[in-house]
Amino acid sequence: MRVGLFVTCLVDLMRPRIGFAALKLLEAAGCEVVVPDTQTCCGQPGYNSGARAAAKTLARKVLDEFSQFEYVVAPSGSCAGMIRTHYPELFADEPAELERVKRLCDRTYELTDFLVNVARPGAVPGNLYKTITYHDSCAGLRELSIKAQPRQLLAKVPGLKLIEMEEAETCCGFGGTFAVKFGEISTHIAERKCANIAASGADAVVLGDLGCMLNIEGRLRRRGDMKTRVLHVAEVLAGENT
Amino acid sequence: MHFKTRASEKLRDAKLQAALKKLQGNFVRGRAERVREMDNFEAIRDAAAAIRDHALEHLDVYLEEFERNAVERGAVVHWAETPEEVTRIVCEIARRHGVRKAVKSKSMVSEECALNEALEAAGIEVVETDLGEYILQLAREPPSHIVAPVVHKTRDEVSDLFEEKHHRPRKTDIGELTREAREMLRSHFLSAGMGITGANFVVAETGSTLIVTNEGNGRMVTTLPRVHVAITGIEKVVPTLEDVATLMRLLPPHGTGQTISNYISVTTGVKGEGDRDGPEHFHVVLVDAGRTKLIGGDLQPMLRCIRCGACMNHCPVYQSVGGHAYGWVYPGPMGSVLTPIYIGLENALDLPNAATFCNQCGVVCPVKIPLPDLMRKLREQQFERKLKPWTERAGLTLWSWAARHPAIYAMISTIGARALAWIGGKNGLIHRLPFGGGWTDGRDLPAPHGRTFRELHRRATRR
Repeated sequence: MRVGLFVTCLVDLMRPRIGFAALKLLEAAGCEVVVPDTQTCCGQPGYNSGARAAAKTLARKVLDEFSQFEYVVAPSGSCAGMIRTHYPELFADEPAELERVKRLCDRTYELTDFLVNVARPGAVPGNLYKTITYHDSCAGLRELSIKAQPRQLLAKVPGLKLIEMEEAETCCGFGGTFAVKFGEISTHIAERKCANIAASGADAVVLGDLGCMLNIEGRLRRRGDMKTRVLHVAEVLAGENT
Repeated sequence: MHFKTRASEKLRDAKLQAALKKLQGNFVRGRAERVREMDNFEAIRDAAAAIRDHALEHLDVYLEEFERNAVERGAVVHWAETPEEVTRIVCEIARRHGVRKAVKSKSMVSEECALNEALEAAGIEVVETDLGEYILQLAREPPSHIVAPVVHKTRDEVSDLFEEKHHRPRKTDIGELTREAREMLRSHFLSAGMGITGANFVVAETGSTLIVTNEGNGRMVTTLPRVHVAITGIEKVVPTLEDVATLMRLLPPHGTGQTISNYISVTTGVKGEGDRDGPEHFHVVLVDAGRTKLIGGDLQPMLRCIRCGACMNHCPVYQSVGGHAYGWVYPGPMGSVLTPIYIGLENALDLPNAATFCNQCGVVCPVKIPLPDLMRKLREQQFERKLKPWTERAGLTLWSWAARHPAIYAMISTIGARALAWIGGKNGLIHRLPFGGGWTDGRDLPAPHGRTFRELHRRATRR
């Protein structure tokens, strides 16, 4: 299986380790992984800010870079969701291009979704002797139905115990540029998420999107919690979480 | 005052924050339970959305059918293009019938038109009879929720208010407070010359208007006064009573977590010969006020709305700031779409942006309105009309330019990763960032690790 890894701009900049964890997991599952090095961003920041033309230009760039692969995988429900659920809308008025877009959409997966439903590895490399709770990121959950996939994979991690928190499916307040434009509201929502994480008693909160990760970790630290770890599901599964 | 400024005040209002916790009860948990009880929920939802779409696609046909049937049963149908026309029509009806006092059942369209103020200016006493709206009239506040208008108030605040306005001993029990309001309202029902209601649905095949209520006040408003005026948006029309039955499978569960509301009052025409009750005169005011602008465009799905309030009940932003922060009649996600449309995009710049796009509203909407997609459309309009701040437009231009040029993008991110890692210091946390106060005022920013994935990967593959 020839897989194009869509690293995502936030992983590239903030947490390269997650990109390598995704690479390791895909290779361990028997995939040949290619990382196109001209890739930048899926266009979502522009798309959600109303800069439709800019978003479309970037979408075309992604299309050019990734159409050649059998599958495209991103360690993010948000970016994979952008491609799968929003690219078709961007190209709705270009029937010829729309065909190419739809072929890309059908082959684009969020990492855990790809592992569970396509690659199906028997085991995962990681181990984590800790209690964790899982935050369901909005785009993954509500655009791509990512719910059972990470939990199925985490169940394969030796030592790991999952406790569900209250309101696991409620937004963490990130919302892209919303987090900066409406910082106070965003923080208020993040605080509620952090209170739920704390109440769960877990040692770590695991999730699948960088935006939520930075938001939740940022709020946890500011409220004085230096102990609860915030981990991407790829890091945990790959054993790259030290 | 802008949404953001108001929201900031609301976040600091401890009483409001306590009151907003109520949303989790019947509104969120109750809805979830009712939905679980339905074995064909998604099929009903599809059918409901289809009924609404069909009505909107043939709006002219069904509205005219409604008018014919309503007139045949003795009603007078008025068409109002603007909110001002609504108030003019209603004041004129009141004048013609010598009305001195009007009792009202809950109506958000009348809020759109500021009807109470107009009637009062015309010398007509107006009494709100929905308990929540009655409380707000005493407190001189606008509703903060379309179904539970007084959700922003705690019981204690209502106790204080009643004691002050009713001049009776302070009560704290909700049952006793309700009884007291009922006693105050009774004489108004009996002495009012006009009853004013909204309409949840307008039924074309029978010429009826229909209200969904829980308190029984609506039934008194529609039957006791000699004149009944129903005011509603033109988009509320549905072809048949059968369609209403389908929509009613969803409205009470999504509105209040009930399987069925306590009352569904269908008003068809005037009191006939031999009828024991009903109005002598029945006027229906069909309001456009911006609705036809949506027909045939990207935003048309918004007109499917059946005003259940589920979108706001489930919205993390609404749950944080309450309804008043939104500044106009309709709060929450539906308000973030409707307000800019009805009062002008330039008058509500924040609203389409005041959402995380978590799409919780979209997934709970009983008629499947893709609320985030509609807000995004409004953001696109803002961008095209250059209504966004120049800083944001410049930032987006810069970002999209860089993202189109991988070499430059790589250089910027390489420098950025190092710089931010340096600022983050030993514990990897950025506490303050120039121009980043929106983030860092309430949160740290976890710093990058210093090298981008691109750099590290290139190095690893070269080896």
